[in-house]
Amino acid sequence: MSLADDLYRETILDHYHNPRNNGSIDNASATVEGVNPLCGDELTLYLNVSPAGLIEDVKLMAHGCSINTASGSMMSEAILGQSVERAEEIIESFKNMMLTKSDEVAFEDELEELEALRGVKKYPVRIKCALLPWNTLLEGIQTAKSTKKE
Amino acid sequence: MSKLDVEKIRQDFPILDRVIDGKRLVYLDNAATSHKPVQVIKSISNYYEQYNSNVHRGIHTMSEEATTAYEGVRETVANFIGAKETCEVIFTRNTTEAINLVAYSWGRQNVLPGDEIVLSPMEHHSNLVPWQQLAQEREAKLVFLELTEDGQINMESAKQLIGSKTRLVAVTQMSNVLGTITPVKELARLAHQHNAIILVDGAQGVPHLKTSVAELECDFYVFSLHKMLGPTGVGILWGKKELLNAMPPFMFGGDMISSVHRDKSRWNELPWKFEAGTPNIADVIASGIAIEYLQNLGMDNVRAHEVEITEYALKRLGEIKGITIYGPKDANLRGGVVAFNVEGIHPHDLGQILSDSGVAIRAGHHCCQPLMKDLKVMGTARASFYIYNTIEEVDLLMAALKEADKVMGHVACR
Repeated sequence: MSLADDLYRETILDHYHNPRNNGSIDNASATVEGVNPLCGDELTLYLNVSPAGLIEDVKLMAHGCSINTASGSMMSEAILGQSVERAEEIIESFKNMMLTKSDEVAFEDELEELEALRGVKKYPVRIKCALLPWNTLLEGIQTAKSTKKE
Repeated sequence: MSKLDVEKIRQDFPILDRVIDGKRLVYLDNAATSHKPVQVIKSISNYYEQYNSNVHRGIHTMSEEATTAYEGVRETVANFIGAKETCEVIFTRNTTEAINLVAYSWGRQNVLPGDEIVLSPMEHHSNLVPWQQLAQEREAKLVFLELTEDGQINMESAKQLIGSKTRLVAVTQMSNVLGTITPVKELARLAHQHNAIILVDGAQGVPHLKTSVAELECDFYVFSLHKMLGPTGVGILWGKKELLNAMPPFMFGGDMISSVHRDKSRWNELPWKFEAGTPNIADVIASGIAIEYLQNLGMDNVRAHEVEITEYALKRLGEIKGITIYGPKDANLRGGVVAFNVEGIHPHDLGQILSDSGVAIRAGHHCCQPLMKDLKVMGTARASFYIYNTIEEVDLLMAALKEADKVMGHVACR
């Protein structure tokens, strides 16, 4: 497979050119910034979590490469409307897919699209680009949880 | 026409024969590090095979050989950069260490609360962060020069910004992003009018431009050998003898002392006062070979060759729709570094797709995050040339850029 097939599949380019849930939320329950010091990419993630622990809204402002932007866009679709616990499971599955050698299918059914990012694994420097939104989300969830307690 | 016999030069660089994914390597990342000619590589193995021993202490033949070769490079360097005295040349690990040495040793002794340190906005992090730290510690202030629209130092405003409070001016000789060649001599004169001193970061300058510290009228000059055909792990601090003599040592230990007692020690004389511990002997010796290689080519010829390639690259890149090229438009005012962005394609994506075509460029912030902010970009792509690059390689870069646009869905032409 050529690089174009691996990295720049239609799904990824579609999300890159038309990122979903792009924007910001006023008075979000968590606002977190993520940076990739390697390339200077920046990302702001806004999260609204309901008292019952549902992710009611998520928005991303990304200034990044195609992988970073597409990964964030797909992530936002995957977690929107999910419970915080389910979102954490998805994050873990995604990080496992990206950071382990396993070729086992990690996502099926409505999350199948995330499999498109698997090709990034072949380009180690780009894995960080794909993970940035997910690590930022983890931090966002932590922030939302701790503010809830207060 | 180029005065370099590039085909012959290329034969000295075994790495240029490398094939990546079935494509011949086109190396355009010379501002990050240059490749090494076989003469330099052989010098390293020759040292370890023939006369590996410590310097400055042995009485045996090999130690004398190593010391002679090591100290000989000091003379080569002094000669190459027009230094008056060999003892003014200090070996460090790299440019960064040389700047830190000055910031710690000279800076902590001379910079007082309220003093100003003047920098250009295009400094590499290595010529910014050490001064930031010093300024915080000493309650001094960082002042930034201004750039003109095309990325040159605004000398009119420099005359206002460099003044009686200025203690140090620290500027690059050539920007690793914009390619801008800094008017060092004019800045040095401004600094000296106000009894300030000037440190010049020559990391991108001396590999490409004929350089004389006497002509630049600077007080400190720093650079790394790995960007000029030498191995990694060797940097140079050149400083005026009066300044170096007045400075305390930066690191303490062996070799930098003249006598040691249980409770006190005396420091060695220049340059060894600043070279604690066993130095990077093999790589320093190989650095001497690298400099001789450049001297044989002639730095005027190196410069002429790079101006020719840069001129061609600026012209060809300018043909791409949606491209922004940063820095001066005239190749004679800049070095062989061309940073650019293609609208709609992130530099990371560009770098990746180019790599797939065998073309190695740099993508990112180039250790110049404040400059990226000024340019209002997250990063740029950057092609940088050296003695072994050809006009044909610029054409290959162009072809790869067109391929990138295709892969990304023809965004540049939208």
